Amino acid sequence: MTGINRLSMGGTRINRSKQINFTFDGKSYSGFEGDTLASALLAHGVTLMGRSFKYHRPRGCLTAGSEEPNAIVELRIGVRREPNTRATIAELYDGLEASSQNRWPSLKFDVQSVNQLLSPWLTAGFYYKTFMWPAKFWEPIYEKIIRRSAGLGRAAVEADPDTYEHSHAHCDVLVVGAGPAGLAAALSAAHTGARVMLMEEQAAAGGMVSTLLDEIDGMPASEWVDSAMAELAAMSNVTIMTRTTVFGYYDHNVLAALERVNDHVSTPQENQPRQRMWTIRAKEVVLACGSHERALTFDNNDMPGVMLSCAVRAFVERFGVTPGKRVVICTNNDDGYKTALALNMAGVDVALVADARIGSIPAANEVRAKGIRVETGMLPQKAHGAHTTSALSLQRADGSFVEKIDCDCIAVSGGYSPDVHLVSQTGVAPLWDDELLGFVPDIPKRRERSAGAGKGSFNLSACLTDGHDAGLDAVKAAGLKSGKASAAPKASRVEMTPPLAVWRCPGNGKAFVDFQNDVTAKDIHLAHQEGFKSVEHAKRYTTLGMATDQGKTSNVTGIALLATARGEAIPDVGTTRFRPPYSPVAIGAFAGHERGMEFQPVRRTAIHECGEKLGAVFVETGQWLRPQYYPKPGEGVMEAIYRESKQVRETAGICDVSTLGKIEIFGEDAGEFLNRLYINGWKMLAPGKARYGLMLREDGYVFDDGTTSRLADDHYFMTTTTANAARVLAHMEHASQVLWPDLDVQFCSATEQWCGVAVAGPNARKILQAAFYDDLDMSDEALPFMGVRTFTWGGTTARIFRISFSGELAFEVNVPWSMGEGMWNAIWEAGQDHGLIPYGTEALSVLRIEKGHVAGNELDGRTTAADMGLGKMMSYKKPFIGQKMAAREGMVDAGRATLVGLKLKETEGRLRGGAHLVVDKDNANAETSLGWVTSVCYSPAVGCWIGLAYLKGGLGKFEGQTLYAVNPLYDEAPAVEVCSAHFFDPKGERLNG
Amino acid sequence: MHRIDCPWCGERDEVEFQYQGDATKVRPKPDASEDAFFDYTYQRDNPKGWHTEWWHHVGGCRQWVKVVRNTLTHEVHKTGGPQSKLPLPRRKAEGGL
Repeated sequence: MTGINRLSMGGTRINRSKQINFTFDGKSYSGFEGDTLASALLAHGVTLMGRSFKYHRPRGCLTAGSEEPNAIVELRIGVRREPNTRATIAELYDGLEASSQNRWPSLKFDVQSVNQLLSPWLTAGFYYKTFMWPAKFWEPIYEKIIRRSAGLGRAAVEADPDTYEHSHAHCDVLVVGAGPAGLAAALSAAHTGARVMLMEEQAAAGGMVSTLLDEIDGMPASEWVDSAMAELAAMSNVTIMTRTTVFGYYDHNVLAALERVNDHVSTPQENQPRQRMWTIRAKEVVLACGSHERALTFDNNDMPGVMLSCAVRAFVERFGVTPGKRVVICTNNDDGYKTALALNMAGVDVALVADARIGSIPAANEVRAKGIRVETGMLPQKAHGAHTTSALSLQRADGSFVEKIDCDCIAVSGGYSPDVHLVSQTGVAPLWDDELLGFVPDIPKRRERSAGAGKGSFNLSACLTDGHDAGLDAVKAAGLKSGKASAAPKASRVEMTPPLAVWRCPGNGKAFVDFQNDVTAKDIHLAHQEGFKSVEHAKRYTTLGMATDQGKTSNVTGIALLATARGEAIPDVGTTRFRPPYSPVAIGAFAGHERGMEFQPVRRTAIHECGEKLGAVFVETGQWLRPQYYPKPGEGVMEAIYRESKQVRETAGICDVSTLGKIEIFGEDAGEFLNRLYINGWKMLAPGKARYGLMLREDGYVFDDGTTSRLADDHYFMTTTTANAARVLAHMEHASQVLWPDLDVQFCSATEQWCGVAVAGPNARKILQAAFYDDLDMSDEALPFMGVRTFTWGGTTARIFRISFSGELAFEVNVPWSMGEGMWNAIWEAGQDHGLIPYGTEALSVLRIEKGHVAGNELDGRTTAADMGLGKMMSYKKPFIGQKMAAREGMVDAGRATLVGLKLKETEGRLRGGAHLVVDKDNANAETSLGWVTSVCYSPAVGCWIGLAYLKGGLGKFEGQTLYAVNPLYDEAPAVEVCSAHFFDPKGERLNG
Repeated sequence: MHRIDCPWCGERDEVEFQYQGDATKVRPKPDASEDAFFDYTYQRDNPKGWHTEWWHHVGGCRQWVKVVRNTLTHEVHKTGGPQSKLPLPRRKAEGGL
């Protein structure tokens, strides 16, 4: 025996031959294989499993499933500690270490249960009322108090050592839920040959069937469930997944599910994930999600030992555990009688069945015939006990006391709410059914249909027929042949008496509606009284229906009480809309493999390793890794950048420029196409020549720039900035496919086909001539400035462009990606006699700032060509994208901020990007700001800090004047002199070497 | 998640596409007025119901796909190439509002 409340027989889910040891709050217990943490604890008579959220009241488990609001625990320890899991679905494994949460110092004695004494202040909306002012108390005081007292569990601090996977599936029919309706649906659909997926949240199928009482097709229900599962498992067109919760129903019949692959073992097996997230594209869906029983709302109804009627039955039938030795059952529907019969069969003492209804109730007679006492027209009044139930007071509907009866378990049933979460996620507003006292699904908006209890069919025989029909309907709707249909499984039809609406049993004490959020019946009245009358407002004000259980057991009661307060019918109040996920999903499952270095692809150039060998420090540029600088031993960042940028101008440097966007453009109309994309002209560009181009967005602002060459009459080669490569391609695709499909132009990205390096500096020609000696004439005549040549190197086609970003004599060489390393090595070796050094993106930036060339910092999406000093490039002889809008009044305003250079006037300190330019540094604000600094560097060529900036009035107004570059973040306002952005070699003489 | 029927590739997940906005706007002729370009660049209807949109199949064939989609129900009525004319559904039976 594992525990005083373990029954000597029964328990369809447990394996009595395998004992399992576990601990709860450090104390050792044992259970059986197949137990949940809740069932194993109950077997030992442990009913206290948690403390409530707000008042820290002692709580036991209310349910036996995923809707559990109370028994929220931490599973495992250390790096695998997982908070806020439900003891009712946590499967036991050997060595499980579980603990209660939200209590201190211990579960039995929780200091903060004094919150109950403060309860007048902790009512609905207490956050809004209590912690209003002063605002400065929020962070240091209020938040700390709230965090400590209203906490849930503690997440592990270290990174999760387990892995999570994403998987995808397609099927004809997805059946959600493997209760009787779901099994019947899966069977009927599968028999037609359709591809069926059956997903079940629990570890085993069967749903709410009573294994002790129900019979299907003439056999005990559990036997039928087993044979149905075996039959389905044997069919190749069926996929069964248990421990899998379908938690989201999205557009176009895409659903998401979480498979708990290894949550029921201590450590996932090697090469297996802990959980797997499924995205399922289903042609048709059958929702057989079942229903949730509601509690009755009476004073102290949250006492450990008070449990839903179906949960009591589930513990007895599935796990051979009775939640108590002497049980009182309070019900407003027939479910209480089912529990009475099951307990009776299991040999548990049922002291009384108290039914709120009066009149003839056939189910009552059957129970009375077993010698069980049944009273009608009787309601629970108040549960008694300290940490667990010891007695129950009963009353009539008018509130008059009848008797107090000793018991250690109170099974309650306030009726059933069909589980409409998923159907509600599709945008279907559930309909109120006044006879069932629950919301049922309305007409589907997606390709789904509900079946069984989820549709309001609470009778087993109806569930089976429903499911069978839904399976066939789904197959038909999927456009598949239904073939010869199998017969529907059968159960004898039980006559049921409708439930009686009892939303609040008379009383003045604490009667909980939402156990998880400590929302009482009074809170809902109060919310209404204070003006939160809409169901959505009341939910947010009281927190009803929030948190991990999403109000599965409490929403309907809450809505009914709100309706009572409003004096309206329930349908007029309506429901809140359910949103995914149905039950909590760990962030890790959403992330899957996409974490750490796998968060996004890392793009490395063909010559990444060449840079690595030379000690490059890499920087992320989008997904690319680019060499940022190459520090020598003992050298700091600034020193390395200084040395690299100085050396390029003295001898030569080599830089990986492979990440620039590269687009090959072909076609008769390629030139015309470029004419329409760029602000400048392209048709007159001779083959073998390159040109700097600037393109605008349709709104007239600068979009991107780059050098584009003409390789042949009908062949151009475009380069874009690294950052905009993808956007430019999409922009061109729009232009050619949507705007001008008549143009004969074809193009594709070649970014990763060509590996590129820039070689810049006075010695660049000598080095390249040495590297490509036999293959290339690099004389000024053969390859003038802005010249382009194709040549053969190493048996393959290479391209050389005489273009310069640094202002030095410079070339860019492109070879096929796979030849990149060979090219780098050839140049590197040739450069050894000529002072060649590698330089990174930082030195590249210094060199271009010294020349006043714009880059990403200046192309910020708010600048015009004229702002950058490139207004004259704009052609008036041809139309181009952005032309019209670039001429609008505000775009050509003389007062616009335009590009200028800045020199730091002070010997100490530095310039910083983002600083604002003002005349009076003691009066710096948004109004007095004249512009902003975009790029800065320490310039070896100029010998001081320099920067580029946009300045209202520009050079014309401020040249030679002193302004202040205000940076409040660093509390700096250095003096700067405004100058031309062409700091170095303004005539461009160095381009010739 | 949307499933979009690319005229070239077949039915694909939304994640393969990049939403590119209103496809009802036609770029004015180059000599059109500034107002016409202003309208083309900035003015957008925000219809509740059927709308014609651009979905760029960036993770597939890289074609700009015209999609008639219901902004309320997310239902996709028809898809086509950039130059295809796709009338909005009118009758209720077609999902018209």
